[in-house]
Amino acid sequence: MKKTFSAVSFLLFTAGFSILTANAQNFGDNPGSHTPASGGISMGSKTAAIVPDADNAGLKLPAGFGALKVADNLGKTRHIVVTAQGDIYAKVMGKVAEGKGILKLHDANGDGRSDETTGLGNYGGTGICIKNGYLYASSDEEIFRYKLNDKNEVINPLQPEKIITGLKKGNQHETKSIVLDNAGNIYVNIGAYSNSCQEQDRTPGSKGRMPCPILDSAGGIWQFKADKLNQTYGDGSRYATGLRNVVGLDWNSQSNQLYVMQHGRDQLHDLFPAMYDVQANADLPAETMYALKKGDNAGWPYVYYDPFQNKKIIAPEYGGDGKKEASSEYVNPAMAFPAHMAPNGLLFYTGNMFPAKYKNGAFIAFHGSWNRAPLPQEGYYVAFVPFENGKPTGKWEIFANGFSGLEVVTGTRGAAHRPCGLAQGPDGSLYVSDDSKGTIYRIIYNGK
Amino acid sequence: MKQLIASMAFITVLMSFQTVSKKPASPVTKTTTPAAKKPATGGVVSNNLKAIMERGQNVYLINCLACHQVDGGGVPHLNAPLDGATAVKANDKAKLIRIVLKGMTDRVEIDGESYSNNMAPHPELTDQQISDVLTYVRNSWTNKASAVTQAEVKAVRAKIK
Repeated sequence: MKKTFSAVSFLLFTAGFSILTANAQNFGDNPGSHTPASGGISMGSKTAAIVPDADNAGLKLPAGFGALKVADNLGKTRHIVVTAQGDIYAKVMGKVAEGKGILKLHDANGDGRSDETTGLGNYGGTGICIKNGYLYASSDEEIFRYKLNDKNEVINPLQPEKIITGLKKGNQHETKSIVLDNAGNIYVNIGAYSNSCQEQDRTPGSKGRMPCPILDSAGGIWQFKADKLNQTYGDGSRYATGLRNVVGLDWNSQSNQLYVMQHGRDQLHDLFPAMYDVQANADLPAETMYALKKGDNAGWPYVYYDPFQNKKIIAPEYGGDGKKEASSEYVNPAMAFPAHMAPNGLLFYTGNMFPAKYKNGAFIAFHGSWNRAPLPQEGYYVAFVPFENGKPTGKWEIFANGFSGLEVVTGTRGAAHRPCGLAQGPDGSLYVSDDSKGTIYRIIYNGK
Repeated sequence: MKQLIASMAFITVLMSFQTVSKKPASPVTKTTTPAAKKPATGGVVSNNLKAIMERGQNVYLINCLACHQVDGGGVPHLNAPLDGATAVKANDKAKLIRIVLKGMTDRVEIDGESYSNNMAPHPELTDQQISDVLTYVRNSWTNKASAVTQAEVKAVRAKIK
């Protein structure tokens, strides 16, 4: 079984390699100045021509939906954004080759699949978004922006404006997710470089530090101006604190509010075996969504959210016993999800392609767990929650599954694809990135 | 299925031990005690080895599995894989022992990839537990490498104290 899998991955890898080689010449181009695609594509009229892959790109979807692979083998593609013209910008994480920190995918023939890949930026990172004629992108320490032309192409890829610098980057949770509001502000997640702020990270018996010194410069969301250069901590403000790590976040324009998905703490059983058995470790704490207001404190590392008791519980590092309820000074989540599923993408859907139930609802890309071991892992899918005016109006459900290619994921490495970023196309298509093999999926509704 | 994999792994381990015993001694083995050379004598070998692997697996389940996962594959970008990792299979056993004893917070690339989670130190494990678990890790999944002895652990522990 394992051998078969290795052989298959090898084939996939080989196939991927030839695709990369074929595309390599495109990376050398100057992406900002390449000639515009002939005959401007009107995405609205082209959508009808877009046909899902025969196997729906390997995804399991609700009736009436279909999926296609827009691109494959792009590397560690994290957050993505789609322009009004239908081009995709994908931020690539980790070590990147020169000019390949951001990939731009262009569909020249209107079949919905990318046939031209160009790149810009020399830094790895996760965050990317477009607002008011600029493309914003993050490394793990800085935020840059690039002026776009009227076709949403980067005008000068070699000279971005550095708008934020000197952000804390420690071991773990170093990625900087970004989103902008409608009032000229940019919000940046600065993840805590710790699991639970113990004196010695992830070590049984090590006490929680009080107060947790990490929170002065990490473990929260910081707000900066979207158009001011070279800002650092002193120029911005800590918008919300007590958030261990946020990767998925979005601005909800209905409620004019920031929503974030927190990655809850790990290893309750490893660190406190007398209090939490293996099952409790797999089930606690919840992954939580917060609707934030300025000044909110979500409580990390002092508390975690127990989705069975529906309570904020004092963390064992801080005197908790699994039952003691935490202070009410900490905000309640807007919604709780099963533990450890790693929500890496959040998108409020405002398109018109999908049925009415999806309008204004939240799509969440769950990267997939590792901390439920030795029990089977969870996540590795895109979930949906119906929303109205910024409030959930129903339970969450699995929307797109099958990314891992496995019935049951036991070891994280075995998952073929891991959903990470989400974006909405101009026609209302939902795009999903995968940072394992670098696949970009496009989910369309054709049930009408 | 699990049993099948386990027994296959065990056979692999046995085979690897035969290969290992033919290899010239690595610098590290110079510090080994006579006890460490026992695996050269016939029937005792498999019993010892089986016992070591069983004990090593127990240590792994309790102390390592959460991060390094049941398949030794780790977690991409977070926790380093053990299966197939060059350093895990290498002759520099002292390095592995040091990582178990001192933990790992350095951001170093491992086989060209970076991993961002901290590893906790495990000085509470006995010399035998560390030698068992490292022998287990070096001879599980696709790994095949020489055993780690208690004496080797003891020597490293003495140096870093």
